[in-house]
Amino acid sequence: MDEKDLELLRILEENSRLSADEIATMTNISTSEVEERVRALEASQVIKRYSTVINWERAGNGEVSAIIELKVNPERDYGYDRIAERLSRFRQVKTLRLMTGTYDLQLLVTGKNMQEVSRFVSEHVAPMDRIRETATHIIMKSYKENGNTFFEQTEPERLPYSP
Amino acid sequence: MRNFVSERAQEIPPSGIRKFFDLVLTMEDVISLGVGEPDFRTPWNICESSIYSIEQGTTSYTSNKGLQTLRDALSRYLALHYNLQYTSDHEIIVTSGVSEGLDIAIRSVVDPGDEVLIAQPSYVSYAPCVTLAGGKPISIRCTERDHFKLNPDLLAEKITGKSKALIINFPNNPTGAVMSQTDLKAIADLVIDHDLLLISDEVYSELTYETRHCAAATVSDLWQRTITLNGFSKAYAMTGWRVGYLCAPKDLCDAALKIHQYVMLCAPVMGQVGALEALRSAEEDKNSMVNEYRLRRNMFVAGLNRIGLECHVPEGAFYAFPSVKKTGLSDVEFAEQLLKEQRVAVVPGSVFGLGGENHLRCAYAISRKELNSALGRIETFIKSL
Repeated sequence: MDEKDLELLRILEENSRLSADEIATMTNISTSEVEERVRALEASQVIKRYSTVINWERAGNGEVSAIIELKVNPERDYGYDRIAERLSRFRQVKTLRLMTGTYDLQLLVTGKNMQEVSRFVSEHVAPMDRIRETATHIIMKSYKENGNTFFEQTEPERLPYSP
Repeated sequence: MRNFVSERAQEIPPSGIRKFFDLVLTMEDVISLGVGEPDFRTPWNICESSIYSIEQGTTSYTSNKGLQTLRDALSRYLALHYNLQYTSDHEIIVTSGVSEGLDIAIRSVVDPGDEVLIAQPSYVSYAPCVTLAGGKPISIRCTERDHFKLNPDLLAEKITGKSKALIINFPNNPTGAVMSQTDLKAIADLVIDHDLLLISDEVYSELTYETRHCAAATVSDLWQRTITLNGFSKAYAMTGWRVGYLCAPKDLCDAALKIHQYVMLCAPVMGQVGALEALRSAEEDKNSMVNEYRLRRNMFVAGLNRIGLECHVPEGAFYAFPSVKKTGLSDVEFAEQLLKEQRVAVVPGSVFGLGGENHLRCAYAISRKELNSALGRIETFIKSL
């Protein structure tokens, strides 16, 4: 991983649909080298996949998301890893993190509606061994996701010419 | 009734882009490459800290020189980034943008009849400010062959017994040219030999893409005869905040301060608070903006050359300065027709003085998407010729 790789990653993170040619002219790296480096980054799983940032609220599909916090008794030899792996297998769990603070694990869970999310928590997550306590926070509105704001932003007025 | 307008005010020409400005206001769907300012918003941490200070009632005059905390921070920043040594107590004045800094610098050193050498193409206010101070602006041509660096031989030709000062601006508006330490050394020798003062406008110092900026005052013995001008507009996307600074040895700084205290009193305090926050916490924001300009530059300049507008790769600022010679049109004709036919606004190079003719200033401080559309339109225009 060198400076060129980091630059490619920054560019792709912002817009993964740029072609190798376009990236090559912007960075002064040859097209074939861009392709080769991106392939290597994909192979080493540094690039996990290419996805799209969607404002689901605007899409209006009515999906519900919730942050679930868990207090967990860690396991001898494994700590939180094995229970985290089990949780991560659920399709409903979009994000899963180990954190400092009052709770140990934090999950981002999505479902068709509030009932589905709460049923998932009460039937699948809360009864798992080693989970001592859960706190469910339904997300009411998202203002910013992964660096993208969902506010309507008007372009500031600029003079058409300035010296 | 008498004509009350002074001869000096009559003498200075109106801005060369006024005509285009009026035309563009009547049109829709114009992509403007004519804007000499960042397209980014000021980083929010800077805005937030200024808003908070207003809420706290920080709305008074500051000391003429500017906030002590800001001058202290500037002194450290200049030493750290450019190896420039200026003490915060006697050698730095916070100004209302570099525009004011330039004016008070010129007025504090130019007497009637003094000749002031100006490396051109240059920012449009240098010559009028010299004229307003009673001096005589003398243009020195920077050429495409030299990649628009100041050539010491062309400078030497214009030096006379009346020469008092030299004004340079690298990285340059409008050409994007950069002068290395070696380039500046050759200029320094002439400046020192002929006992000239150097006024160095370094407002684009943070926007270099190949090498780190070399501050003129750090070259040879120039420090004692240099007025360094810089500001926050370009590096931190703070054009509307009007904060710049003038740095010079104490005697020169004291002279400039006398003028500053009478004409400006102090730079706006909200701007000064924002500027201080910029130095404290906006390094990362600045770096990511500079990186984005670099990507745009590479893309845009490659595009210009591809569609037949020859353009050297500018090493700094956010301007490309392609030649229109091959099209058979003058820069003014090209700019007018391009605007009318394809609705792309560029600035004809001749607006910026000697050496600018047959070139266009294209600011790439707009999004990559818009740059691509502009390239497409310019290509259509060239093909129609």
